[in-house]
Amino acid sequence: MSDLSPTPGQTVGPFFAYALPFDGGADLVPAGHPRAIRLHGTVYDGTGAPVPDALVELWQADEDGWVPQVEGSRARDGWTFTGFGRAPVDDNGRYSFTTLRPGATDDGRTPFFAVTVFARGLLHRLFTRAYLPLDDEEAAADPLLSRLPQDRRGTLVTRRDGQGFAFDIRLQGPGETVFLDFGDG
Amino acid sequence: MPVPPLTDPDSAAASQAEIDAEIAAISKEYETSGASGRVETQPRRDYAPYRSSLLRHPTKDLQHADPETVELLAPVFGRRDVAGFESDLTIQGGGEPVGERIVVTGRVLDGMGRPVRHQLVEIWQANSAGRYIHKRDQHPAPVDPNFTGVGRMLTDGEGRYSFTTIKPGPYPWKNHHNAWRPAHIHFSLFGTDFTQRLVTQMYFPGDPLFALDPIYQSIVDPAARARLVASYDHDVTRHEWATGYTWDIVLTGSRRTPIEEESA
Repeated sequence: MSDLSPTPGQTVGPFFAYALPFDGGADLVPAGHPRAIRLHGTVYDGTGAPVPDALVELWQADEDGWVPQVEGSRARDGWTFTGFGRAPVDDNGRYSFTTLRPGATDDGRTPFFAVTVFARGLLHRLFTRAYLPLDDEEAAADPLLSRLPQDRRGTLVTRRDGQGFAFDIRLQGPGETVFLDFGDG
Repeated sequence: MPVPPLTDPDSAAASQAEIDAEIAAISKEYETSGASGRVETQPRRDYAPYRSSLLRHPTKDLQHADPETVELLAPVFGRRDVAGFESDLTIQGGGEPVGERIVVTGRVLDGMGRPVRHQLVEIWQANSAGRYIHKRDQHPAPVDPNFTGVGRMLTDGEGRYSFTTIKPGPYPWKNHHNAWRPAHIHFSLFGTDFTQRLVTQMYFPGDPLFALDPIYQSIVDPAARARLVASYDHDVTRHEWATGYTWDIVLTGSRRTPIEEESA
């Protein structure tokens, strides 16, 4: 095949709910796991209204900073941490993962959850990061956060709450989430 | 000030002619910027003819980020995750689904042309009458009890996938008055890197609805959008059984070096 231009994306559309979500998709560890935490939030549109037909995917290291390379995300055995999760939002735009706190993958790096967002109306997936709460010094040391204006940096940082970490995703408008381009189109 | 288009995706307010004019204007603007502008290989997220995009696209530029370790790896799927029969969408009910049986096959490659091996491919689609098995699909076309329209499989050692299914029908939607989607199959793909994640749609050659469809036309570059159209392939067609289509998928470039690839 001579043409190696990338195949374009298209919207996930409105009818993915019976195809992409799977049992246990949002539970990277069982809820009863002694160190389970919650990563949750709401997806909003440009008017601040919840988006009821979005899909959020999570990809992350384990607590020790190792990135799993093991099968079993779609058929969880309750014991193996695969690092991947998939959660459709509910009618109020909310998603929720049960997972582990990610560790730093490299010395001196700030841990984050890698997040992908799909939705009806969104023509091509969006990548972002959900960082664990951090102080200004840590943010200044991070290659991405340090380049962001103060008022936008906060959109990538989770808020600690009673069960774990909250991370809202704003596709547009005030507080629009910083979305990422990895330089390859 | 121009009047902003209605943002209620269910208003179906505009006519096809109005949508056509919007599509043509954007297309012309892209063509005339051709000499100086770069080729757009992906859809525009901000594409007003697709009304649902109006409030769901970022208005700020994407922020460049150098991928870190977690983003240089992708989830791994294996035989535990996918059953063998899931690549045949025609055997999941109690009998044969209605419609034109087809085989859709191709390879998943990275931007260097290397096969994406043993990785998950997921598909979903309408039935031959243009109806999805989804509670929100209110199109008054028949549900086929023998067709769910969902399939998945792992690519083989050469990055190849092959699904047996039924050719989906076009269906109406509420973007504008008398709006119809060209027949398509939704594809979800993973690469070797997180950054290669792709969800897209595969179309069938010669569909008369291409020019009218704002989702397809959101890829403003004609050569780029043509990459979503499968080819009829008589070598894939099976004697007295199914017609065949070939569609290769190229993900964005993997940063993995050939040496890492071999030792992986």
